[in-house]
Amino acid sequence: MNAIYDFSILTAWIHQWLSGLMEPTAVMITEMVIIGTILILFVAAMGLVLVLAERKVAAFFQLRLGPNRVGPWGILQTLADFLKLLTKELITTKSADKFLYNLAPFIVMITPFLALGVIPFAPGLQIMDLNIGVFFITAVSSMGVLGILIGGWASNNKYSLIGGMRSAAMVVSYELSVTLAIMTMVILTGTLSMSEIVNSQADGWWIIKGHIPALIAFIIYLIASTAETNRGPFDLAEAESELTAGFHTEYGGIKFAFFFLSEFVNMLIVSSIATVIFFGGWMPFHLPFEWATGFNHIMDFIPGIVWGFGKVTFIIFLMMWFRWTFPRLRIDQILNLEWKYLLPMNLINFLLMSLIALTGFYL
Amino acid sequence: MEQYIFYILASIILVFSYLTVTSRMILRAAVYLLFVLIATSGIYFMLNYNFLAAVQLTVYAGGIAVLIVFSVLLTSQLNEKMEKVTPVKMLSGGLIAFAGAILTISTITQYEFVANGLAELDPSPKAIGYAMLSYEHNGYVLPFEVISVLLLAAMVGAIVIAKRPAKLLNEDATEVDMSFPTSKDAYKSRTKEEIDSLLK
Repeated sequence: MNAIYDFSILTAWIHQWLSGLMEPTAVMITEMVIIGTILILFVAAMGLVLVLAERKVAAFFQLRLGPNRVGPWGILQTLADFLKLLTKELITTKSADKFLYNLAPFIVMITPFLALGVIPFAPGLQIMDLNIGVFFITAVSSMGVLGILIGGWASNNKYSLIGGMRSAAMVVSYELSVTLAIMTMVILTGTLSMSEIVNSQADGWWIIKGHIPALIAFIIYLIASTAETNRGPFDLAEAESELTAGFHTEYGGIKFAFFFLSEFVNMLIVSSIATVIFFGGWMPFHLPFEWATGFNHIMDFIPGIVWGFGKVTFIIFLMMWFRWTFPRLRIDQILNLEWKYLLPMNLINFLLMSLIALTGFYL
Repeated sequence: MEQYIFYILASIILVFSYLTVTSRMILRAAVYLLFVLIATSGIYFMLNYNFLAAVQLTVYAGGIAVLIVFSVLLTSQLNEKMEKVTPVKMLSGGLIAFAGAILTISTITQYEFVANGLAELDPSPKAIGYAMLSYEHNGYVLPFEVISVLLLAAMVGAIVIAKRPAKLLNEDATEVDMSFPTSKDAYKSRTKEEIDSLLK
């Protein structure tokens, strides 16, 4: 691994510089503020980029041009939309439960921020390395659905309530498949820490080393995580043809933007988890064979940050592809898919993976 | 620094616990309870016991709180308020809580806490996993298995309760009496004629 691409040198240098200026406690608080600011800016920037990407991808799949007026090739379109949402008046319906109504967008927004804290995007570019990284992400992302439920109920609107209920029934059941698919891979990695999982793939990504069960786990993870982020073809929580806008019907302005943004940030997070667990995080593409040392060495010259974000972008593109290709499912079809097909397949795959890990039949 | 964080978390827990029991709107009470649960997991994080903190988040904040909110959604309306607590109830409840608090605080202050001098245990998931499935000294395999049997029993019970009596169903009829059967032998097997007569 090339040392010049390591971000921990930069962070260590900043830490040293700050330590020379002030006391340890003040250094800690300053660093927290810096990291928080960077995180907020990162999420805002990613939101703008991903919304634009979604619209461009949708246009591509529907043989349209997509946004093309604001800025060159329409790249400033989402910025203009964001400014519009920011300046809009915030309206609360009269019969809504004010406290819960205003709380819901924050619950929806905070959970992705928590989850982003443990994801390594590049060598050294990770906020904190918990020894339970993957488990922490599944734990905090299981709270995100509460925001949807509370928002749907507090709006005091039938559409919102139905949207929230649908979403809850779906997310709670698909969480099972996401977690089981991740568990299947944890058998191979032998650790829950995100950085250790990445390091365990220095000689090859788990999707290659773990062959058949890893591939099945990846497909299940992709389906279930698409459902968990409330995206099409599982977006019946906000099915616009039936429920106007589902759980966020009564939200406007920046509060609506929070719901909207959280969907895209959640997409970023599930793609990052898939990248870390199945595709080696920021690890370059390596083959676990003797004859491939030269090839592996060439791959090392591409920076880790390019690998990390490249793979995340690819999986996000896959999820956008799903959304604009498959028709929306009905609620009973969605629940059947989870409980009758994905879950049993997942359990069998789990056993298969344990067998393979026990016999050492992986690369 | 750590002390301040502890005080912040403790005050969150105290304030929202109080609000949970005093709020007259049921969903707000559930949300306050959620805050209490999250702050509790924050204390576990502070103790460096990350695994238990994440378990607290998954099971309580992500599982039980969602379940409570979901059941509130199914059963109640936004404008519903719980009945006002009468002064007598308030007084007696407050007295009992006060007595309990005094008992606990006096016990804690009187007890002399001594460090047991044992080595610090490893809180990594690996060590916890080994302890959970080990049958040697300090192993927890028996309680672990007993709890899984309990969970299985709960699951079977839930299915039995949720399942409607199959014998009542008739292929020809489109409408079925879904009211809860009061007579004792409603769940006994019936012949086809009996079902037909019931449905008429």
